[in-house]
Amino acid sequence: MNARTDEKERKKIKAVKKMKEIMTFYYIDAKTASETGKKVAWITSGGPVEPLIAMDVIPVYPENHGAMIGAAKMGVELCEKAEAMGYSGDLCSYARSDIACATVNGGPIGGLPRPDMLVCCNNICGTVLKWYEIQARYFNCPLFILDTPFCHTSFSAEAKRYVRRQIDEYITFLEEVCKKPFDRDRMAEVGRLSIEGQRLWQAVLDTTINRPAPMTAFDAFFHLALIVTLRGTQQAVDYYRLLLDEMNERVREGVGAVDEEKYRLLWDNLPIWYRTKWLSDKFAAHGACLVADTYTSAWCSSLKYMNEDDFLESMAEGYTRIYLNIGVDEMARTVIAMIDKYGADGLVMHSNRSCKPYSLGQYDIRSIVERERGVPTLIIEADMCDERNFAEAQIEGRIDAFMEMMAAKGSA
Amino acid sequence: MKFDRLKEIVEDPWGTLGEMKERGKKVVGYACSYVPEELIIAAGAHPARLTGTREGIRLADGHLQSYCCSLVRGILEDGLSGRGAVLDGVVFPHTCDSIQRLSDIWRLNVKGGFHLDLVLPVKLDTDSARDYLVDVLKRFLSDLERALGVEVSEADLRASCLLTNEIRRLLHELYMIRWRRPELLAGADLHLLNRAVGIADRNLIVETLREAVADLGADGARETTKGNKNILLAGGMCSTPDIFNLIAEAGGRVVWDDFCNGGRMFLEPLRLDGDPLAAVADRFLSRVVCPCKHRGLTDRANHLKALATERGAGGVVFVHLKYCDPHAFDFPYLKAELEKAGIASLLLEVEDPLPPGAQIRTRLEAFLEMLD
Repeated sequence: MNARTDEKERKKIKAVKKMKEIMTFYYIDAKTASETGKKVAWITSGGPVEPLIAMDVIPVYPENHGAMIGAAKMGVELCEKAEAMGYSGDLCSYARSDIACATVNGGPIGGLPRPDMLVCCNNICGTVLKWYEIQARYFNCPLFILDTPFCHTSFSAEAKRYVRRQIDEYITFLEEVCKKPFDRDRMAEVGRLSIEGQRLWQAVLDTTINRPAPMTAFDAFFHLALIVTLRGTQQAVDYYRLLLDEMNERVREGVGAVDEEKYRLLWDNLPIWYRTKWLSDKFAAHGACLVADTYTSAWCSSLKYMNEDDFLESMAEGYTRIYLNIGVDEMARTVIAMIDKYGADGLVMHSNRSCKPYSLGQYDIRSIVERERGVPTLIIEADMCDERNFAEAQIEGRIDAFMEMMAAKGSA
Repeated sequence: MKFDRLKEIVEDPWGTLGEMKERGKKVVGYACSYVPEELIIAAGAHPARLTGTREGIRLADGHLQSYCCSLVRGILEDGLSGRGAVLDGVVFPHTCDSIQRLSDIWRLNVKGGFHLDLVLPVKLDTDSARDYLVDVLKRFLSDLERALGVEVSEADLRASCLLTNEIRRLLHELYMIRWRRPELLAGADLHLLNRAVGIADRNLIVETLREAVADLGADGARETTKGNKNILLAGGMCSTPDIFNLIAEAGGRVVWDDFCNGGRMFLEPLRLDGDPLAAVADRFLSRVVCPCKHRGLTDRANHLKALATERGAGGVVFVHLKYCDPHAFDFPYLKAELEKAGIASLLLEVEDPLPPGAQIRTRLEAFLEMLD
């Protein structure tokens, strides 16, 4: 009994406490911005946050809020409210939750602070454009759109020019809304911190190359929050250094996230926020560890295009060529590279009704991965925030069957 | 008015395109109204708007989940089934997330022919977006030249711009005639014409439209039918001709539409006094946007309110394809804005083909009764 409790204690990630603390203070800061005279910007998860940090604007992420709503199992209620407002039940559940939440200040933290401006980057989807238009009308506040042309097979010279020009337009927009000049020295510093934070986040994710993996994708879903919300700050850098030290220590001591790790799986698409614990336990019970995922790694997938000595110049390319803004074949190549890097034996795809750019094309990625690496795929039909689209018995049956097939394959 | 030849063409689009090909014409398929036909025509090829097969989906389901719209599924089915093999190439413009992924899936699975992505800007209201759009069109033209092995002169472009402008002018005129006297042209025939405009030889379209305008013009100039039951249809691509009949049977009259393969096709003629590519770009920038594009926060609402008022529509019926996110996001706002202007609206979410049954009919009847 004691040994088991000790083992459970040993597996707990200590940094979690620190993370919760940082996020609590972050939200208190954001929610009291009107009292402290700071400006608040709502920004999309793939949006260029660094110029906001450089301008002392507090960035707030409706998508992170959506994840919190989902994890708190409050998604259904808010989605239903949006549907009563006339929004189709087939629309993105983050958008539905957020649009409804804004009108009632609901959800786990009583709603987000009112925005002074909205910053929408369409590198993740076309949905954010519609969502931010709706919120710009609702809050009657200025909206900046960073339009990042889709890179089906390449990033053209004209696209690069267009995005680069928009970075200047973005800076002018911020100067106008904040009524102060843009500090380029400060921006350079924020840019360096952003890249350092991304490198550390990648290093944290890469600790799962070790066997047993010291953490799982389910842990990554949680620890992701800072690289999304506080990218470009010293705080994020310090936190990921702390987390990296802890992961490295676990590796040295051979502490695995899953008891007797037998199978290593790769997760694709957003988490199913209201069932992360259930799914984590379910896979762990089969000795399966989700060692990596295409979602949390997206926040450092552009590092190869970034130049820390000239952040503003390189961010046009970095923000355009992110994981979701590329063709299905390039996504498949990324998945294959991850399978190789993390030594994954299988792929678990969340076919997410809420996210068409992430999900349409998954069947082709599955075929390419099976052909190139002979790695089997499990597809889970669900939704990231709207629990009405989660058929537990069916999904449980599919996971069990998949794991049995993996076991048979292993012993064959 | 009979449109027998166009009816044959619309009923057998692939047969029609095959015949053109046999006659030595190159055929270029494209999805969505943001592809500039002018450039394809100037390059000596025939532009064919892909509208997707309506039935018998067998292969596309292996590539697309259930929550993808019937338009994208239908287009992919045409590609996978081999029907699309008649195409010398395809063009996918950047519009919605689903068409964006359709392009990738088509490129990876449908072999033969060239494949071009027209990565248009999403913002259409800034100088940098305009410059980018012109750059994209230039690249598109040179890609087309390479793919089709031709050189396009400015005179070629001017000629094709004149042709498409003439189609727009005639279509607009026909819409006006029908607006004044809806009974002169059945809704289903109008729909047929709109479909044919994307498939048939464009010279045949001009000829047919001229005849129709001449035939109906005299009668059509006389009066305007006024009434609360005048309906404006709105939405994306309409592929459900039944909607016209259903509204007529329920006692309404469709006086105008704002579909991208209808009333929005002929908006904003090309300005032909300068660089043709810039003119094509400016037309996209000045035309009311599809909800996938951004040109301010009130563009579509202002347009629909003005259109409904101008055309004397007592109500607006939105016809949305199920799983079409951009249109679904705009709906609550548009409905509220129309209401403020005293215009009632109804949303019909459909899949192509329309399911049999009385539900849509009942809803239309109830809506039209309310308009009394």
